[in-house]
Amino acid sequence: MKSSTADVQRELLKPSRWQIQEFIFWALVFAAPWFLPGHALIVNEVAIVALFALSLDLVLGYSGVVSLGHAAFLGFGAYTAALFAKHILPDPVVGLLVATLATTLLGGVFSITILRGTDLTRLMVTLGLALILLELANKLDWLTGGSDGLQGVLMGPVLGRFEFDLFGQVAATYSLVVLFVLFLIVRHWVYAPMGATIKAIRDNRLRAAAIGINVNAKISLVYTVAAGIAGTAGALMAQTTGFASLDVFALDRSADVMLMLVIGGVGWLYGGILGAVAFKLMHDVISSITPQYWTFWIGLFLVVLVLVGREKLLKPWKWWSA
Amino acid sequence: MQKRFLLKALVLSASLACTGAMAEEKFKIGLILPMTGPFASTGKQIEAAAKLYMAQNGDMIAGKKVELIVKDDTSAPDVTKRIAQELVVNDKVSVLAGFGLTPLALASAPIATQSKTPLVVMAAATSSITEASPFIIRTSFTLPQAAVALADWAPKNNIKKVVTMVSDYGPGIDAEKYFKDRFTFNGGQVIDTLRVPMRNPDFAPFLQKVRDAKPDAVYVFVPSGLGAGVMKQFAERGMDKAGIRLIGTGDVTDDDQLNGMGDVALGVTTSHHYSASHNSPTNKKFVDAFSKANGGLRPNFMAVGGYDGMRVIYEAAKATKGAGGQALLDAMKGQVFESPRGPMFIDAQTRDVVHNIYIRKVERVGGQLYNQEFETLKDVKDPGKTR
Amino acid sequence: MLTILFDGIAYGMLLFILAVGLAVTMGLMNFINLAHGAFAMAGGYLTVALMQRFNVPFLLCLPLAFMVTGLLGAVLERTLYRRMYQKPHLDQVLFSIGLAFMSVSSIDFFMGSQQQIIQLPDWLRGRTELFDGALGMGHYRLFIILICAALTVGLQYVFDKTRFGSQLRASVDDSRVAAGLGINVNVIFALTFAAGSGLAGLGGALGAEVLGLDPTFPLKFMVYFLIVVAVGGTSSITGPLLAALLLGVADVAGKYYVPKLGAFIVYTLMLLILLWRPQGLFVRKGGK
Repeated sequence: MKSSTADVQRELLKPSRWQIQEFIFWALVFAAPWFLPGHALIVNEVAIVALFALSLDLVLGYSGVVSLGHAAFLGFGAYTAALFAKHILPDPVVGLLVATLATTLLGGVFSITILRGTDLTRLMVTLGLALILLELANKLDWLTGGSDGLQGVLMGPVLGRFEFDLFGQVAATYSLVVLFVLFLIVRHWVYAPMGATIKAIRDNRLRAAAIGINVNAKISLVYTVAAGIAGTAGALMAQTTGFASLDVFALDRSADVMLMLVIGGVGWLYGGILGAVAFKLMHDVISSITPQYWTFWIGLFLVVLVLVGREKLLKPWKWWSA
Repeated sequence: MQKRFLLKALVLSASLACTGAMAEEKFKIGLILPMTGPFASTGKQIEAAAKLYMAQNGDMIAGKKVELIVKDDTSAPDVTKRIAQELVVNDKVSVLAGFGLTPLALASAPIATQSKTPLVVMAAATSSITEASPFIIRTSFTLPQAAVALADWAPKNNIKKVVTMVSDYGPGIDAEKYFKDRFTFNGGQVIDTLRVPMRNPDFAPFLQKVRDAKPDAVYVFVPSGLGAGVMKQFAERGMDKAGIRLIGTGDVTDDDQLNGMGDVALGVTTSHHYSASHNSPTNKKFVDAFSKANGGLRPNFMAVGGYDGMRVIYEAAKATKGAGGQALLDAMKGQVFESPRGPMFIDAQTRDVVHNIYIRKVERVGGQLYNQEFETLKDVKDPGKTR
Repeated sequence: MLTILFDGIAYGMLLFILAVGLAVTMGLMNFINLAHGAFAMAGGYLTVALMQRFNVPFLLCLPLAFMVTGLLGAVLERTLYRRMYQKPHLDQVLFSIGLAFMSVSSIDFFMGSQQQIIQLPDWLRGRTELFDGALGMGHYRLFIILICAALTVGLQYVFDKTRFGSQLRASVDDSRVAAGLGINVNVIFALTFAAGSGLAGLGGALGAEVLGLDPTFPLKFMVYFLIVVAVGGTSSITGPLLAALLLGVADVAGKYYVPKLGAFIVYTLMLLILLWRPQGLFVRKGGK
């Protein structure tokens, strides 16, 4: 029996290898804004939301922390980027980095609050922080424009060369590139020892602590990084749309992204991305058929999805097996 | 068999060719409204009014078929902007319309400017909106118009001390500022200015504060739909018995809800540009037709903004023979006509609406509650621009 | 000052009646039911429909609201919710949000999007001023306080002194052991869920006048219900009661005394409490 460590190693490392489907997926994704120029705008929106969902996956799927206030970071990144572009420098990439950094710091501070208590506690604490940020943005209307939103954000060209156009192709490609780069980083991280640690914490905190893992430190680290990524998504949103408004902090954003992530499946990186694509497309299509009652059909889809099970929905041939 | 098949094929291809040809000749209007969420009633009223106008005036302009594309933006500005962009780029609309709230209109302004598409604001009411883009036309109203009118009327009617209570967002702040400035200018005194948070407004503590301040009147602005809540709390605190009057802009006694408010609304004096009981033949026709087409629903000022917006679009398109862009915009500026609200025109300089503002009181007429107009201020321009 | 206290207490008691069903369901069945607000909304709209279309007097509508929504809860529990107990929390969240969306949209379709207005009977509309105006009590709020107080006493009695109550408490503490002792946990679940939904419906009917009623009600107020449950804990009746009262008074008083900070007060208070006591303010010893 030559099974040996080499075989076991190969088995464990298999998910971290790139599979052919993934190459095809990303190729299609990047081609989309150019082959479907009329849809570049929604591709942009989906890319941003997918990035946001990816960051939530780190928190929810990989560390098991339930958060209903992830939009706090989305909003903070958006406003930081918008204010930076308006008052300091309209360069997109620099603004992106600044916003990401700022939000990461915020995440670090907030991560102290999620360490104790039950799931419900965390749910409410994260929600409370997001809503407080919303009220803060509303009150500081001399800075943020209050409920009218922060207008007049004129972005410079990306890398000094690509202007944001009306068709949205530059915006979409910009967002997709950022999404892809961050995806690569997160993917690498998740399959590195850090990823294994964090999954161990998610699966059984007590045992993880028992084998010497500093649970609180690790969770804080993941939460902080996830906050930074969410801030990047917010910055992209502000930069590609040219403004920021209060509802970026609202409960709806946090709830929507959680829905998307759960639809796609938590704990595997593509869950957030595919969930975002599925949800946004469904919303768009149903909304153009029935602008007023589309929430009903989305609700129905969610109920059916849960009752029937994600497996059975995606693989109809399994309906008649056990 | 062969012949029949050939015939069918001929007919089919002929009709396809026709629709193909017709598809080239369409005049598309992109109507972006909040159809879901807390402002859904605004969306419903405007959509109904727009459809009514089309039903009454046909769907052909200068040989082109008019297509109304209605989209829900769930009151999220980045969605509004994306939808506006898609309508311009994909559907190639000649005009954007609707816009239920100020941030939604402001977010879409750059699209109008960049693509040279006229944007008709049918609902949003903050003064600064028309300045956000040279392609914006407004057919709704502005809060300063209503606020200043009331600030002129109040001191002449024994109201010297007022507490203002407005919702904490753009139009509310406009309403408060312009009322306060004009009222103090007229010798009145604004004892306190209260702002109620937009989300989950609970008026009880704020109205209690008003009551404790003992003013002659409380001046209220809340967005369309929340008026009933204010009325109820007003009555519950016994404020009318304490001698405090309720005045405000007409959003508080929104026609959409007014009849259901009950006797507590009687006597409330407001200033606004439209009342469903406005006594003119144009309005009677409008109200009747609207009611009939929408199961007895009474049109409110949102509906009138939509109806007049369609009128502006139609007439402008007729003048340009269906062309869009700068020519369409120019044909919209300066239009003068009789609206269900009364006479109105679109100011050629500011592209904003100029109309009469009426002072009205809630009375029971024929068993139903209406805002009865008793004073008219003619041709009120937006004070926000004349500063 | 006293008036504000009075108003806050009325608001708090209303929140309690609305949220108590959620608290017990979460504690008992470990099920996060974000559609709880939909039952409240159903009760409210039922009352409006009965009063406007069939001229049913307001007082009669209240028990009807309770019974019909309770029945609705029982039916849904049997058919849909029962399958969800074993599923992971996230799926439950997805499911209940889906139900909430469907209910919001359906009500919008059938009843329209505008705020519904209830015409209270005359005897509920007055106001009594005591202590020379220092304490003003709206009769309707007084009515709410009395009804909710009676219900609370009743609930506490059932919880503490009846057989059902002790079976319920046993099932909350450990449903497996309770089942092992011969308690029919399924029936307990069904009855409790029905009662909780019924109470929510009653709360919706009572609250339509004070909180407003429109199709977005479930989503608007869900946050408040969750705050009550998170702060009050899920293992007792008194916990959510005190949490709701605290929330009600803080909200009303905050908006009166410091209107600039109005909306902050509730969230900050909740945040501070949860940071100080992550398990909620009141945790029963021996509970999970």
